Amino acid sequence: MRAILALEDGSVWEGDGFGACNTTVGEVCFNTSMTGYQEILTDPSYHGQIVTMTCPHIGNYGVNALDVESWRPHVAGFAVREVSPVVSNWRAEEALPDYLERHGIPGIQGIDTRSLTRKLRVRGAMNGVLSTEGLSREEAIERARAFPGLVGADYAKEVTHAEGFRWDEEDAKSADFRIATGAGETGDPRTLRHPLPPADIPIIAYDYGIKYNILRRLRQHGFRVEVVRADASAEEVLRRKPAGVFLSNGPGDPAAVGYAIKAVAELAKAGLPIFGICLGHQILSLAMGGTTFKLKFGHRGANQPVKDLDQEVVEITAQNHGFAVDAASLPADVRVNRINLNDQTVEGIRHRTKPLFSVQYHPEASPGPHDSTPLFAEFRRMIEARP
Amino acid sequence: MPRRTDIHSVLIIGAGPIVIGQACEFDYSGTQACKALKEEGYRVVLVNSNPATIMTDPEFADCTYIEPITPDCVEKIIAREVAQLEASGERGKLVLLPTLGGQTALNTAMKLDQNGVLQRYGVEMIGAKADAIMRGEDRQVFKDLMLEIGLDVPVSGTAHSLEEAREVAEKIGRFPVIIRPAFTLGGTGGGTAYNREEFEELARRGIDLSPVNEILVEESLLGWKEFEMEVMRDRKDNCVIICSIENFDPMGVHTGDSITVAPAQTLTDKEYQIMRDASFAVIRAVGVETGGSNIQFAVNPDNGRMAIIEMNPRVSRSSALASKATGFPIAKIAAKLAVGYTLDEIPNDITRETPASFEPTIDYVVTKIPRFAFEKFSQADPTLTTQMKSVGEAMAIGRTFKESLQKCLRSLEIGRFGLGGDGKPMRVGTELYPDRGELPKDLIRRKLTVPNADRIFYLRHALRQGMSVEEIFQITKIDRWFLTQLRQLVDLEEELATAG
Repeated sequence: MRAILALEDGSVWEGDGFGACNTTVGEVCFNTSMTGYQEILTDPSYHGQIVTMTCPHIGNYGVNALDVESWRPHVAGFAVREVSPVVSNWRAEEALPDYLERHGIPGIQGIDTRSLTRKLRVRGAMNGVLSTEGLSREEAIERARAFPGLVGADYAKEVTHAEGFRWDEEDAKSADFRIATGAGETGDPRTLRHPLPPADIPIIAYDYGIKYNILRRLRQHGFRVEVVRADASAEEVLRRKPAGVFLSNGPGDPAAVGYAIKAVAELAKAGLPIFGICLGHQILSLAMGGTTFKLKFGHRGANQPVKDLDQEVVEITAQNHGFAVDAASLPADVRVNRINLNDQTVEGIRHRTKPLFSVQYHPEASPGPHDSTPLFAEFRRMIEARP
Repeated sequence: MPRRTDIHSVLIIGAGPIVIGQACEFDYSGTQACKALKEEGYRVVLVNSNPATIMTDPEFADCTYIEPITPDCVEKIIAREVAQLEASGERGKLVLLPTLGGQTALNTAMKLDQNGVLQRYGVEMIGAKADAIMRGEDRQVFKDLMLEIGLDVPVSGTAHSLEEAREVAEKIGRFPVIIRPAFTLGGTGGGTAYNREEFEELARRGIDLSPVNEILVEESLLGWKEFEMEVMRDRKDNCVIICSIENFDPMGVHTGDSITVAPAQTLTDKEYQIMRDASFAVIRAVGVETGGSNIQFAVNPDNGRMAIIEMNPRVSRSSALASKATGFPIAKIAAKLAVGYTLDEIPNDITRETPASFEPTIDYVVTKIPRFAFEKFSQADPTLTTQMKSVGEAMAIGRTFKESLQKCLRSLEIGRFGLGGDGKPMRVGTELYPDRGELPKDLIRRKLTVPNADRIFYLRHALRQGMSVEEIFQITKIDRWFLTQLRQLVDLEEELATAG
């Protein structure tokens, strides 16, 4: 199966297709993580994006039912240097190409992903077309150019769950993973897990495209989580009397989700403790009166250094965002407490008097380092500190 | 935080003459450290008896002692330097940086600490303190520490009777198990038991042979996958992984004799992050305050169980590989961290604009292959074991594992131009087999079963002669992913050869 990847600037890569026989259009972006392709594929924040991995060997350890971040993969297309012809990991249940085919997602391999990444670094994010059904170069370029792009796109509405739901208190939907220790542990090692504390703090989690690992982490920190749709109103949330509100990650342009910004502004006014991640961080910033802008090339990978300006320590973080908060736009009562050491952009904010904080990166990781897991405990402490 | 101002001079101990297991990598790390410390305005005092090193060039240290690297000699050097420093009236003290000169430097520094010399002259060890080095180096102390912090190590126990030995074996739950009699000369009477009969026999004999009638019964990790993590830590407890390394050869072959690959190829993110967390837990528990450490893991391919094998509380051979593989100069940064900087204060050598507090991510594959010289030592047993036998190594970078492996085989200077198909015959004893000829099946099987310097080439012949990846995996326990990569090379060779 021949495959083609074309960018709006007219550049074209031809390679071998894998996954579904299909044509897809989206913003092309690169991710520098060396592990975790399955988590990336299933992260709703990648909705509408054709993702290329800078790591050349992909698919080596296959896919399994546990390492998912939502109910299905969300990327529009997947471009890699080389897909492994074999699956080699004790946790694997399926090969990557079969998995993508099952979900109708086309992939391209055997292309020079380094030249593609370089182009995206120099020119910035671009729209593109990935086709495994014999589209011509001209046609592909034409369709990439016709794509309206992500600016102004409200994708949160497209990936939010159809209805709100309660996250299973047993966390069984997608159990956290623990490795067998000692020689004596028997049974299926895939079902080993750490014990859970009681779920005694009721919170509402806004689903703008929420990752399962956020829900797992919240549960592991003793929260009883009620998930609501992205467009849930402030009244609806307040009616449920939660102890706090969580704002999730999600795809698209933060400025396009006016309804969410309005709801969060009202919830903040009502004095509820709020913790936001990624798109949730941008929405909180916008609700506080700040503005966002599109980065030339987004932060997508698992090695972004973030400095906590209060503690003066560095966390290595997982990131996936194409927009950022403009530090100068924030009102005086909101303080930037974390910055990215690579480009000095805003990574975290905290309100000086109200219980509001958010981070641009992914403390739930998955994929990525666990350095920032303590933020979930911080949210808990923030709620518990209230009279 | 600025660099420490209470330091005037830094004593660096080199690695001495090149031996198997300790080659020029410590000249590389020591030279980097000399440069880094001089750059900071410290007086660098160096001791190394090896003249064929860059670090002993006059421009690298302020004062170079070409003297034997023995505790006595280094004591005299310390005495002289301390006296000079006092006489000069300049501010600051002499400190010792022991973690950049391999095992020789580490051992010498430990002796100087144990015999009270460092204390007597008020010389502080920077980078890693003596107690941290001891915790990392003493096998039993290290093992107990790992269990204490909830990490996994090979299961083991001591026994004084067959009854007790059986109990330990029960706890281990599977064969093979290793039996080591206590206090026998050169470990005589020990061995690996693959079944109950062998176990009873070895245990009984071991208890008899041991002067204290004691044996250690330990779980064998033979055939498990082997990984390494290169970790750095600064005095604010910022920790980063510089590089993950996966060994092509499973447990049973010394890392120095293994073909190794960076980054790790067959771990899911979940497993990789657990390994990353464990690496940080180890460096913190052992207490290496600043600098780099190398931590080795064994992973059971059947259930992912991850056992910690050992740690080097210093810059190691793998650090040199990791530095060149990622562009992160571990030794240089380790030297800067030792004098008080934190990772976010040091600029990244490659980008120059971003700080060193990041984790390198690479879009290529690095392969290292050891170089042996068995042809020069006819008496030496060419079987690869847990004792290192290679005399050097080559590394190669490629966009794929296949490319880097091929380049690396060419780099070895053994006259080969890759895995095969280069027209070079293969010599086995007195027999000479043509490059594309057939080798006896039992010879191939034998050469796959027992790890040896040429195993990579026998793997090619095995694949060429129709053995399946699964069959080879069962014999060698080399990961199926690596074997499949070799399979692709062999297939390409066939395609080219038959294309005429």
